[in-house]
Amino acid sequence: MDLAELQRKLIAAARADTPADGVPYAFEKRIMALLPSRATTNNLVLWAHGLWRAAASSVAIALMLGVWVFFNPASGANASDLSQNFENTLLAAVDQNIQTQ
Amino acid sequence: MERTEAELIAAVLKGNTASFEPLVQKYSPRVFATARRYARRESEIEDIAQEVWLKTFKKLGSFRGEAPFEHWLMRLTVRTCYDFLRRHQRNRESAFSDLTEPENDWLERFVTQPEAVPENADAARLLVARVLAGLSPPARLIITLLEIEDRSVKEIAALTGWSVPLVKVRAFRARAEMRKILTKLPKHKYL
Repeated sequence: MDLAELQRKLIAAARADTPADGVPYAFEKRIMALLPSRATTNNLVLWAHGLWRAAASSVAIALMLGVWVFFNPASGANASDLSQNFENTLLAAVDQNIQTQ
Repeated sequence: MERTEAELIAAVLKGNTASFEPLVQKYSPRVFATARRYARRESEIEDIAQEVWLKTFKKLGSFRGEAPFEHWLMRLTVRTCYDFLRRHQRNRESAFSDLTEPENDWLERFVTQPEAVPENADAARLLVARVLAGLSPPARLIITLLEIEDRSVKEIAALTGWSVPLVKVRAFRARAEMRKILTKLPKHKYL
C-alpha cells in the first residue's frame, strides 16, 4: 500500500470535515455565573509596560541631550568658569571657616 | 447603540463584568469549532471552552489592543487545547485495534484502487480521527494547524508561542509519527 497516498487521502478527508461551531444553549450565562466579580489586571504586566515606557523616554532624552551637546560644545572659557564656580560653591564652607579663624 | 470591542474590554477592566457577555456570545462559535478539532466528547469540548473564557477574563488586563481581540483569543484557545491534549495524552487510543466494517471496506478499496476511494466518506473521517487520536500532543497540534487548517509556519509560531525553527522540526517529526501510525495497519490485510 502507498502510505504517502493514504496519508494524503486521510488529510484531505480531515480537511473536508469542518467542525461544527454550535454553542450549547445559554453557554454565555454559565460563563457569566462563573466569573469573579472583577477582572484582575496583571500587576507584573503593568509594571513591565511602565518600565518600557520609562526606558523609551530616557533614551529619547539622552539622545536629545547628546545632539544638543554635539552641536553646542561649551567654549573653553565657559567650561573653566563652570568648574571654578563649582569648586567655590563646594568649598565655600571650608573657606569661611579658614577666614573666621 | 452597539458598543465596540475596545469599549467592552475597557468596561470589563473597569469592573463592569456584564460587558464580558457580548464578547462570549460573539466568539464562542469560533472557540467551540477550534475545541472540536482536538476533543471528541461534548463534555470535554465544553470544558475547554469554559477554561478558555475564564482564562480570557483573568488575563484581559494583559490584552494590549495592538492585534485584534479575536487573534489574541485564538492564541489562548489553541494553547488551552494543547494543554488539554497534554493532560489526556495517557488516554491516547491505539489507532487500528478495532476497525469498523465501513473503515475496513474503505481501506480494502484503497488498496485495490487508491485513486477511486472518496476522501469525503464517513469511513475516511473515522480513520483520520483514529490516526490523530494516536499522535502525541505536539504532533497532533502541528498536523491539525499545518495540514488540516492549512496555516503557515509563521502563523503556527504565533498561535503556539513556539519559535519558527521549532515549528519546522515538530512538523517534520509529526509527519514521521503519522506515517509510523499508518504502518500499524493490519499488515496481512493492507500492507
